[in-house]
Amino acid sequence: MSTLCEIRNLSVTYRGQTMPALNQIDLDIAAGERLAIIGESGSGKSTLARAVAGLLPLGAKVAGEMRWSSGHPPLPGRDLGFVFQDPSSSLNPVLDIGEQVAEGARRHLGLSWREAYAHALKMLERVRIPEPDKAMKAFPHQLSGGQRQRVAIAAALATRPGILIADEATSALDMAVQAEIVSLLDELVREAGMTLIFITHDIALASGFADRVAIFKDGRLVEIGPTGHVLSSPRETYTRMLIASHRDLTTTPLIREAAS
Amino acid sequence: MTLLTIENLSKRFSSGGREVAAVSDVSLTLEPGETLGLVGASGSGKTTLARILMRLLPADAGAIRFEGEDWLTLSGAELRHRRARMQMVFQDVLGAFNPRATVASVLDDPLRIHNIVPKAERPREIAALLDRVGLLASYAERSIRDVSGGQRQRIAIARAIATKPSLIVLDEAVSALDVSIRGKILELLVELQEERSISYLFVSHDLAVLRAVSHRIAVMETGRLTETGPTRQVIENPQSPAARALIGAVPRLVTEPTEGPSHDV
Repeated sequence: MSTLCEIRNLSVTYRGQTMPALNQIDLDIAAGERLAIIGESGSGKSTLARAVAGLLPLGAKVAGEMRWSSGHPPLPGRDLGFVFQDPSSSLNPVLDIGEQVAEGARRHLGLSWREAYAHALKMLERVRIPEPDKAMKAFPHQLSGGQRQRVAIAAALATRPGILIADEATSALDMAVQAEIVSLLDELVREAGMTLIFITHDIALASGFADRVAIFKDGRLVEIGPTGHVLSSPRETYTRMLIASHRDLTTTPLIREAAS
Repeated sequence: MTLLTIENLSKRFSSGGREVAAVSDVSLTLEPGETLGLVGASGSGKTTLARILMRLLPADAGAIRFEGEDWLTLSGAELRHRRARMQMVFQDVLGAFNPRATVASVLDDPLRIHNIVPKAERPREIAALLDRVGLLASYAERSIRDVSGGQRQRIAIARAIATKPSLIVLDEAVSALDVSIRGKILELLVELQEERSISYLFVSHDLAVLRAVSHRIAVMETGRLTETGPTRQVIENPQSPAARALIGAVPRLVTEPTEGPSHDV
C-alpha cells in the first residue's frame, strides 16, 4: 500500500494549555488501510483525528509536519468525511435529513438540488435506514440514536471521500446498535476502498476489523503495528494492560457464582 | 427474606398522541446480597424501571415491596426516611452532583439528611468513607470538578453507602469510565457487597460488565421482561432473541487477523 500521509514529529497544544495534547507523533497512514487509533481519555486520540482532518480549534499550536501524498491536505467534507460520537450534536436539528445529506453532494459534486436529493436518498438506502423516503423528510430528533448515526455516516460518505474518520462513532450507542454500525462502516469502507481512521477506547472493537492499531497514551504513540501482531504479542506494558483489562463473556466473573 | 419484590409493574408514556408502553407487566425479585443485572438495548425500559423503583417516576400499575414495606404507597417523611435504604449511582456523576460542591459536602449531605452520625463525628465518617472507596482523606477539600472520572465514581459510591443502604441501583455506573478504571470500580462494588451484603440492581446495556458482577440476569426488550435466570445460564443458553442479540453484540478480543468484524449481526 502506498503512503497517504506521513505524520512527522507532530505536536498539538490547545490554547491556554501548557501540556501538549499530542506529543511528537510519527505515524504513516497507508492508502486504503483501516487504522484504529486506540486510547483512554486524555490519550490524544481525538486530537490526532482533528489534526488529520484539519479541524483543530483556533489557537491550537501545531508543530511538526503532515505530508500528504496528494501534495495538499484533504478538504473536509469533500475528500474527507468525519463521523462524530454524538450525532445529535453533529446534525443540524432544524434541517430535515434529506437536506443535510444532500448538502455536501450539491456543494462538492456540483449536483443540482434535485440530483443531490436523489443522491441523498440513495445514500440513506446504502446505510440501510428503514423507509428512506420518509426519513428524507424527518428531523434528527425523530430518529433513534442508531438511525441518527446512520444518517451522519450517509452525510459523511455522500461526497465519496477517500478518507473516513470515525471518532468514537459508536460509543454513545448501545451494544447491539454498535455492532450493526461497525459492520456497516466496515462494509462501506471496504466497498469503496476508502481509508478508515477509527478512533476508539475499545481495543476489542478495533481488533475485529482494523488492519493496524496504534495505541496512544497521554499524548504519545505507545505502539503501532498490524492488529493481530500487536494483540498477540504486545511490546509495551501499557498495551498489555489494555488487553488484560478487556472483559467479555468468557472473562472470569468477579463474584463467586453458585454452582449450577 | 426477599429484599425486593416487583410485581406486574407497568408504565406508559404518551408522546405526540402516541402511547408507548415503557414498562409492561414486569415482575422481579432480589435477595439480600444479590446482584441482578438488568440488560437491554436503548429504549427497552430498563432505566424507566430503575426510576420507578427510585420513586423518581410514578408507576401506572403494579406493586413494589421493599424491606417488607409497600414501597409505592410510602410518601412524605416516611418515604424520605426510608430512602436511606435504597441508593442510586448514575452514569454521569458530574451531572448528579452540584458542580460547585466539594467532595466533603457531597458526602456530608446524606450523613446530615439521614442523621447517620452526630455533626461532630461527620468529618471522621467522611474520612472513613473516602478511605473505604480507596481515596485519601485529603480529597475531602477538593472541588468535585477537580477529580478524575474514576475518582468521582468512587465518591458517588461512597455517598451511596453513607446511609447504609440494603439496595443500590447502579444505572450504567461504569459505562463512561476507561477500561483500566472500570475493572477497579467493579472490584470495589463486589468487595462492598461481600462486606455489607448490599444488593445491587445493575442496569446496563453491556453484558460483559453484568457478566462480571451479576448473580442473575434479567433481559428487557420494548418494556417487557423476556427472560430471567442465573447469569451463566442466560449467557450460555439464552432463550430469547433479545438475549441472543445482546450476547452477539459483545465485542470479542481478536488476536489473529480476520476477514471482517467479529460480531454476529
